[in-house]
Amino acid sequence: MEYSELVMEHFMNPRNVGVIEDPDGVGKEGNPVCGDLMEIFIKVEDDRIVDIKFRTFGCGAAIATSSIATEMVKGKTLDEAEELTNRAVAEALGGLPPIKMHCSNLASDAIHAAIADYRRRRNGSKKNESSQKTSEVPKSSEV
Amino acid sequence: MERPAKVIYLDHAATTAVDPRVVEAMQPYWTERYGNASSIYSLGREAAQAMASARATVADILHCEPKEIIFTSCGSESDNLALRGVAFAQRHRGKGHHIITSSIEHHAVSHTCEQLEKYFDFEVTYLPVDRYAMVDPDEVRRAIRDDTVLISVMTANNEVGTIQPIAEIGRIAHERGIPFHTDAVQAGGALPLDVNDLHVDLLSLSAHKFYGPKGVGVLYVRKGTPLLSMQTGGAHERKRRAGTENVAGIVGLATALKLAYDHAAENNARITALRERLIRGVLESIPDAQLTGHPTQRLPNNASFVFKYIEGESILINLDLLGICASSGSACSSASLEPSHVLLAMGIPAEVAHGSLRLTLGRENTEEDVDYVLQVLPGIVKKLRMMSPLYPGNK
Repeated sequence: MEYSELVMEHFMNPRNVGVIEDPDGVGKEGNPVCGDLMEIFIKVEDDRIVDIKFRTFGCGAAIATSSIATEMVKGKTLDEAEELTNRAVAEALGGLPPIKMHCSNLASDAIHAAIADYRRRRNGSKKNESSQKTSEVPKSSEV
Repeated sequence: MERPAKVIYLDHAATTAVDPRVVEAMQPYWTERYGNASSIYSLGREAAQAMASARATVADILHCEPKEIIFTSCGSESDNLALRGVAFAQRHRGKGHHIITSSIEHHAVSHTCEQLEKYFDFEVTYLPVDRYAMVDPDEVRRAIRDDTVLISVMTANNEVGTIQPIAEIGRIAHERGIPFHTDAVQAGGALPLDVNDLHVDLLSLSAHKFYGPKGVGVLYVRKGTPLLSMQTGGAHERKRRAGTENVAGIVGLATALKLAYDHAAENNARITALRERLIRGVLESIPDAQLTGHPTQRLPNNASFVFKYIEGESILINLDLLGICASSGSACSSASLEPSHVLLAMGIPAEVAHGSLRLTLGRENTEEDVDYVLQVLPGIVKKLRMMSPLYPGNK
């Protein structure tokens, strides 16, 4: 199992580790039974991710992808962040061993889930305030 | 923490460095005494004599006859030959198609059993183990059927080090006249392997686990045990395993095995003391850590653990960066995506099994090595737990 230097660098010095108290959106991907679980917290202002934190249970690749993915979307608009793919995360790290591509590369999915959670919460609160506009609730994974 | 100048090797269950005395014994067989042991001229006879002497040495240690020793290319080949060779020979004689093995075998045994089931219509019973990975001999007795043709239970487990009640299982097998194989690859060089005391008919060994070279193994086959050769060709190894013999490797294997058993008592005592220091230190300094395997019936060199809330590969990478070589039954540190079948069979939940660490000591390890691990490991575990969404301390 050979990791790139960048994977090792992010694994040993992960960025944005932790939780956000009172987050605007939370996303969770993976399953501890399978050996990988990621949790992403976002803070959103004007449709932009102004802060992001993660916690990850998993292997070197799982932690490194979480770390770099948070860097890649911090400061980006929600629309931009939604375009992030697991493949782009792996490429930004200089590639991952093939066996890690699927199981340990869930960060962009977790970020998408956090954004969906944010949108659901916002739609929900709008609905409460004005009891109008049921519109479509973006589908997302459970939080 | 400064990375030490030397590597601290704590993965002796994976492989060992070849003993310099073994290298020396093998030396002449590459360029000087390179003859084919089947040739009749003096170069060939020299090779044949070297092999005969190696065979006698191994037979002496196993308390068997030299002709009951087959040299193979590795432990996996020995296991494959034992299982397929006996299963096919037994079925050919109309004895049946049922095999009994344990649920914690090395893949060389378990995957062979699975293939015999899937492609060759054998039926296999996988015996459960208790929480220490111990097989209950009564379970073996209960699993035996009239059409049982082979029982295979490992001498000591490669992941958690638990030593099985081989002699008891062997007695049960022999009461019923069923051939009994044991994969003794992890036990070789450490535990007594008298095939009569153990009541085994077939026993696998691999040289590189006891400071011998890679690429050479042994299968002991008791006289009269039905065995179909799996590799056919010349009459090598009394027609049980065709192929020009690895003379240098065989000389190396025998030299290494003899050295191991000449000094087994003192080595075992010293390594067991290191193991206990390591186990005690880990359990005292790391919360939510659990020793895996039997607390006392375990290989002298095996200290294996699970650490809750974190994943094994992450621990291994951190240890590697500090110069420590270790291993894990974590899915992520292997080519498969499943956590260790051994830990699961012991009833350890999958999410906990992912956090396994195996440290296996060897001859060159010192108290300083153990203390260095004890100095750095708690910090690594703590750091990874701080990152983990599962760790209750983070809530």
